[in-house]
Amino acid sequence: MKLLTLNFLTCARKTCKSNAAAFPLHPKEAELEQVETDMNPLFIKNILPRLDWEAMKTLTTELGLPNLPAETPSDEELATDGEPSQTAKDLHTLLMETSIQSGKLVCGNCEHEYAVKEGIANFLLPSHMV
Amino acid sequence: MSRPEDNLPPDLFYNEKEARQYTTSSRIRNIQADMTHRALELLDLQEPSFILDIGCGSGLSGEILSGVEEDEGGPHTWVGMDISSSMLAQALERDVEGDMLLADIGQGVPFRAGSFDAAISISAIQWLCNAETSDVSPEGRLKRFFDGLYASLKRGGKAVCQFYPKNAQQRSLISNAAIKAGFGAGILEDDPETKSVKVYLVLSVGGGDVTGAVS
Ligand SMILES: [Zn+2]
Repeated sequence: MKLLTLNFLTCARKTCKSNAAAFPLHPKEAELEQVETDMNPLFIKNILPRLDWEAMKTLTTELGLPNLPAETPSDEELATDGEPSQTAKDLHTLLMETSIQSGKLVCGNCEHEYAVKEGIANFLLPSHMV
Repeated sequence: MSRPEDNLPPDLFYNEKEARQYTTSSRIRNIQADMTHRALELLDLQEPSFILDIGCGSGLSGEILSGVEEDEGGPHTWVGMDISSSMLAQALERDVEGDMLLADIGQGVPFRAGSFDAAISISAIQWLCNAETSDVSPEGRLKRFFDGLYASLKRGGKAVCQFYPKNAQQRSLISNAAIKAGFGAGILEDDPETKSVKVYLVLSVGGGDVTGAVS
């Protein structure tokens, strides 16, 4: 599961839907994997305004990754002389190439743990929890 | 021929053998690829987008989303949801680029509001109509799904769901559930009144009928 996806994922339980603590989910015993992919600068530009930067910062801290800038990088910071900037490359590495291979994702509200195996998170809920 | 969804829930129907057959049958692959291309055409995405693939299965549609050329507005980044772990295992084997969740779309769509530019679904949402137990109804599952999908799309976002309605009643059950969730909705039929008719539910967030072909 890419860190990009984690920035959009919430607890699946109905009772957590409107609770602020149900996002972001918190990684636990996470094994990270780095997989190189082609950079898609336009996608980075498109998704940037939709990222929850506070959640991104929380996540990198919890995973022990380098600290992020205090604010979401601006559009202008993504390119220098028409080429992807270092900032854009760093975002690509963080969002698109870094993924949780195994571990758990924990809801901050109900404390339900979603298991991640082979990069796939299990969001199936037993019927009493739906 | 009996329809698989009449007999079994999808997580039981698509066991390992079925999942493999589904992924390797070239006839199924071609039909699925055609329908994915058609759905992409209806979505009309101009730029690399963030797409939810509902019932992503073994990633056949996802590969197409990842492979859209730059001059055609791609490539897109996708997240898939599927209830069948055997199907997802096939996707892993094929090394697809998208992220996947093992999840039941009838339990909702666990993403924060406005996450996706678009959503696509190929041959999946009719499964929502079979509720296996007495405490879950098709109406309840459809509501959870469409409410969640609506919220997860950004304003102006679109979804195209190709599906196989069992009959006219199921078809309107599904489209009415989408409309109730707030979507502007239309149904588009390719090859109507033939055996190979394809039904697409075309949905938009914050817009009226997008196909001009409401039925
Ligand atoms: Zn929760």
